[in-house]
Amino acid sequence: MNAILEISGLTKHYPNGPTALDGVDLTIRKGEIFALLGPNGAGKTTLIGAVCGLVRPSGGSIKAFGLDMARDWRRIRARIGLVPQEMATDMFVKVIDAVSFSRGLFGLAPDPAKIEEVLRALSLWEKRDSQIRHLSGGMKRRVLIAKALSHEPELLFLDEPTAGVDVELRRDMWLQIANLRAAGTTIILTTHYIEEAEEMADRVGVIDRGRILLVEEKHALMSQMGSLEADIMLAQPLMAVPPVLARFALTLSDDGRRLTYRGDGSAQESKGEVAALVKALVGEGIEFVGIDQHQSSLEDIFVRLVEKG
Amino acid sequence: MHWGFNARGAWAIFSTEVERAFRTAFQSIFAPVLTTSLYFVVFGAAIGSRMNSVGGTSYGAFIIPGLLLLTLLGETTSNASFGIHMPRFSGTIYELLSAPVGVAETLLGLVGAAVAKSLILTAIILVTARFFVAYEIAHPVLALGYVLLVCTAFALFGFVIGVWADGWDKLRIVPALILTPLTFLGGTFYSIDMLPDPWRSVALMNPIVYLVNGLRWTFSGHSDVNIWISFGLTLAFLIGCIAVVSWMFRTGWRLRA
Repeated sequence: MNAILEISGLTKHYPNGPTALDGVDLTIRKGEIFALLGPNGAGKTTLIGAVCGLVRPSGGSIKAFGLDMARDWRRIRARIGLVPQEMATDMFVKVIDAVSFSRGLFGLAPDPAKIEEVLRALSLWEKRDSQIRHLSGGMKRRVLIAKALSHEPELLFLDEPTAGVDVELRRDMWLQIANLRAAGTTIILTTHYIEEAEEMADRVGVIDRGRILLVEEKHALMSQMGSLEADIMLAQPLMAVPPVLARFALTLSDDGRRLTYRGDGSAQESKGEVAALVKALVGEGIEFVGIDQHQSSLEDIFVRLVEKG
Repeated sequence: MHWGFNARGAWAIFSTEVERAFRTAFQSIFAPVLTTSLYFVVFGAAIGSRMNSVGGTSYGAFIIPGLLLLTLLGETTSNASFGIHMPRFSGTIYELLSAPVGVAETLLGLVGAAVAKSLILTAIILVTARFFVAYEIAHPVLALGYVLLVCTAFALFGFVIGVWADGWDKLRIVPALILTPLTFLGGTFYSIDMLPDPWRSVALMNPIVYLVNGLRWTFSGHSDVNIWISFGLTLAFLIGCIAVVSWMFRTGWRLRA
């Protein structure tokens, strides 16, 4: 594994306040998209802040690109980009000036061609001479991304990148994030939109109350923890689940017209069980008018994990 | 980028801040120049012509260093405090904190820009004063050096206020309620030798008296106080501000969570 970021035993205690980070250990691989999920106040933004220099950790260590943050913070920060959650930028400057400023701030020589490339990639080139305050919300968020990309970071943090943007723009941003990854940028994103993580992430981490609950490959996670649910609409209502069907994990709705199966095993095992259930129903002469199958999403898994704590 | 110092980063902060001053030129340049010019018209040209000279200097020329400081102290402090408070308020400070810039680059950028703006103001005010009052500068190099010293000290002071303040009202407290009254009472319009005791002794407790007289000495060669005390106090204030700012960066007080 080629680690780009290694966080070990990271803690953040606020005086007279909560413990925002409670011994976080996390390794990010070079070139991946890592989605950090967690409810509000879980510690996602604090964790990003600790890596990016916005938060002073109380303990633990951070290594990035093989360098120690405490000693080589300048070298490390020069290679990291951050898109914050809040719409934080000087609204009275032109787009091109804001992005050029960010490049200079990170110690790079002016490069109009690079700035143009970044602005074009984010469909901002036509708006380069507009003051940021005159742009739409989605465009403003793109400006923040352009600023973060202006110094060509190898590791990019996106803190709730699509919060408050419409569905179309969200899809557009997903595409742009995928393009960044294709260009070799490692991306860590926090999000409330589970479908965002489901769509883009290679690996998923779940954080709650400052502790990492789980880090797993997205597909492995979904096949391990994902369950299958099947609703069978009955032609005639039943009074109770017939004893012959007792081996299946079934519940009967109050009106007796819907049998619900919920598999505990992997999605594949559960599909087999649903097939067996259908065969058993036919064998018993229980007529049904429809079957609605639903595989649990990352959101269901996330909720289950956080509830378990 | 040299890994010990990010010169491009410092330049980016500096040039953006100076550009902001020109973008808001009416507020940051023309307004203070206009106010100071009105003082020259009223106290220098109109009333000054009927006043006796002070220490061998015409009254109009006598008040120039004090009026210059009256503007510089307020503007330098306000510009520097705004320069750091605005990013804190708007959230754009995230970019400064996440960039490879440290205390040196930040201060050179923000404080340096406030000083540069004040030097531009100084030049405009002195040129404007020429239209209303005839004056000489006895020690021009020392005058420039002293203005630089005072502006740097008060820009650092403004930076401290900008970090300390948790609201826009607090940002104005020190310039409006402390610096301006102390400067008015600090011998801007009169020599403290004109005051009867005990008011002269009371006036000597006002630190601005030493600043005004320090600058006045570079203009006319005349001072009500020992100029070494003036330079020493200004230097001590500068060092004190550097110490406070260094502590702020070391601990991250009100800068980093």
